[in-house]
Amino acid sequence: MGTITTNDLRNGIKIMLDGEPCSVVDNQFVRPGKGQAFSKTKVLYLLTGRTVEKTFKSGESIETADILDTSMEYLYTDGEFWYFMDSDTFEQVSADSKAVGDNAKYLIEQDKCHVMLWNGNPIQINPPNFVVLEVTDTDPGLKGDTSGGGSKPATMHTGAVVRVPLFVNIGDKLKIDTRTNEYVSRA
Amino acid sequence: MSSAWQPSCSIGTLKARAELYAQIREFFAEKNVLEVETPLLMEHGVTDRYMKSMRVAGVYKTGGYLQTSPEYAMKRLLAAGSGPIYQIGKAFRLEESGARHNPEFSMLEWYRVDYDHWTLMDETFELLLKVLGEKQRVNYSYQEAFDTFLNINPYTVSLEQLRDFSQEMLGELPSDLERDDYLSLLFEDKIEPKLGVGNTIAFITDFPASQSALAKIDLENPKVAQRFEVYIDGFELANGFNELQDPDEQLERFKADNQWRKANGLEEVDIDSNFIQALESGLPQCAGIALGLDRLLMIQLNLKQIKQVLAFPAY
Repeated sequence: MGTITTNDLRNGIKIMLDGEPCSVVDNQFVRPGKGQAFSKTKVLYLLTGRTVEKTFKSGESIETADILDTSMEYLYTDGEFWYFMDSDTFEQVSADSKAVGDNAKYLIEQDKCHVMLWNGNPIQINPPNFVVLEVTDTDPGLKGDTSGGGSKPATMHTGAVVRVPLFVNIGDKLKIDTRTNEYVSRA
Repeated sequence: MSSAWQPSCSIGTLKARAELYAQIREFFAEKNVLEVETPLLMEHGVTDRYMKSMRVAGVYKTGGYLQTSPEYAMKRLLAAGSGPIYQIGKAFRLEESGARHNPEFSMLEWYRVDYDHWTLMDETFELLLKVLGEKQRVNYSYQEAFDTFLNINPYTVSLEQLRDFSQEMLGELPSDLERDDYLSLLFEDKIEPKLGVGNTIAFITDFPASQSALAKIDLENPKVAQRFEVYIDGFELANGFNELQDPDEQLERFKADNQWRKANGLEEVDIDSNFIQALESGLPQCAGIALGLDRLLMIQLNLKQIKQVLAFPAY
């Protein structure tokens, strides 16, 4: 991989720290006290999700991380791995539970997902902002109540549990916002 | 979206800058301080360990340097008997860019003969009241500021304690920092943002002698330099000195800078012999200050990015 210097630091740039890929989320040039200059950064460790404050000497060289943001089609899971395919090249990659995390409950076959690759391997999976899930368990629907005045928990076929309006029944297909885990509408 | 050819500041900001400069010129005219101009392009750069001059080709034997500050040239005028002088001009520093830095920036620099840093601070406060309106003055020594905001003594804390404390306060730091680096980073991150807030102007005095630059060392307290800085809204606006007059000490400091540069793999910088000769012929007792005009305009207009006050910023 290439190297950059602190002069090339921008928000969103991907660098290697302690052998781990990181994303720069904040970067500030400072020259305190007429002394040497520094770049004060906040970096997000992409594998663990922790954010760390890190100061570099101005001009210091930094290794860049081979990070590729791609859009891939979700194929299936065998329980251990989740398989995704590049629709142009038909190349497949497998993501482990660390990369998929809680987002497993939003993965619908053939949906286009955002896959972050590090050295060609998936390290982060993000589902589309909206997915359609089917209700497999919830309290019986209240007939005629379409006012949206109350809510109840509902379990979806993927395992997601979402607060839904009282009129929702088992078997209903619902549009869910994956960023907030909120009910949007009937699909 | 504005097009790339258009200025990055508003026309109103251009007018505010013109008005600010008019006020400054009026302030100094009333006090009989002479406005001068010195070259932006001169034969020598600066030996400062961490400052990078921009070098050009083909004018002087060295090629020539865009000035990082008009200090040496203005001191030559003082040594030649100019009396009190000020200058509104540009300065250039390589690799400085950010929310408050542009590689080319505007500076007000002035020198007062027979003043020391204390009387110059009073005059600086007076000028700032004129252009910014009513504000309260707050004074801290460097030591008091560390004591007040971080509860440590910058002179007695051990290097190990300082390193651990800095890591704890600031996160991951480069491993090979010197004492002044830690102090400066702590000051920048934990003290500066609290200075000059709530309609005050903060003056920080008595910097450590190791950060003296071109200031005199206090004879009664040799651990401190007669240098001050001015802070408003949490950022540095100006830096002033009771100016070093001793040519031998000045030459020693330049040589020490060059030795340090050599030891750290940086190019040594030719020492400006005209400046040293001016000191030898006799610089009058004087205090001087450099004040960032772009930043002053940012404060006046409550803008947070330097590019909001520049017509055409470099980045």
